[in-house]
Amino acid sequence: MARKPPEPVQVVKQRRDAALKALVEGVPYIGFLGIGFDRRGDELTAIMPFREMLIGNPMLPALHGGATAAFLEVTAIIELAWTSMWEDIETGRIDSAAIDARHLPRLPKTIDFTVDYLRSGLPRDAYARARVNRSGRRYASVHVEAWQDNRSRLYAQATGHFLMPTRPDASG
Amino acid sequence: MDPEHKTRIARQFIEALPHCQALGMRLETVGPGHAELHMPYDPRLVGDPDTGVIHGGAVSALMDTCSGAAVIAHPSNPGATATIDLRIDYMRPATPGQTIVARAECYHVTRTVAFVRATAMDDDRDNPVAAATGAFTVER
Repeated sequence: MARKPPEPVQVVKQRRDAALKALVEGVPYIGFLGIGFDRRGDELTAIMPFREMLIGNPMLPALHGGATAAFLEVTAIIELAWTSMWEDIETGRIDSAAIDARHLPRLPKTIDFTVDYLRSGLPRDAYARARVNRSGRRYASVHVEAWQDNRSRLYAQATGHFLMPTRPDASG
Repeated sequence: MDPEHKTRIARQFIEALPHCQALGMRLETVGPGHAELHMPYDPRLVGDPDTGVIHGGAVSALMDTCSGAAVIAHPSNPGATATIDLRIDYMRPATPGQTIVARAECYHVTRTVAFVRATAMDDDRDNPVAAATGAFTVER
């Protein structure tokens, strides 16, 4: 039997980008902080462009620790939701044409979150990537790293535990 | 300095910080090693569009600010402080529409480090929304 021809690249990209956009734009607080996501395949990088409203110490000046904590937590939640959606996006179980915030799976809920502040946040753009270390049916453990100018010089990192949403198809 | 005057100065300081201003934080009280901050409900801070619950990150920012204020207010008079680490446990979602109240206590200070505990509540003061513990730098 002949193999199904691969989908055109722009169809694949359009589907993935639409799903990511719906996921991110559904959360008001992500827009409030001005956080965006860059996607390469399934890899996400969160970007928090510098804005005056992120400042917590005007003397240094430095980013507010709370803004950094929020940036890390947003990155962790989106990565976790994205990872768990991936199969559904690829197999077409999530219809990218009809996708909007209403039709997305529910977001994971934070159980606890520990932020480690390594350097003071400079008044410039920040980047973050999260790694799902364990994702079970109910609980997940995620590690996040954030940096500014150099990928190898982290300015903050965090570990969090999350409660996974109950899937509508999984009864009981 | 009388306590009311001290609270007023602390309030002006905290409320002038751009990120605290953006989140609508208000310093309610400050005393030796403790502080109370309020953050009114704001739809822009929502983290879960299905429920209208405030994002954990905004609660983190409130607890972090409140903890820092408690450090500065400690009788040993630290000049400035920065967060070394902060752990937050989210016990339940905050009820949409209600102000979030954070209380922090700086329970121990060494020459270089301050230790803080904090809780966040909504109108139901008996069931905290979140609890935090943190370590802060002490700059003298």
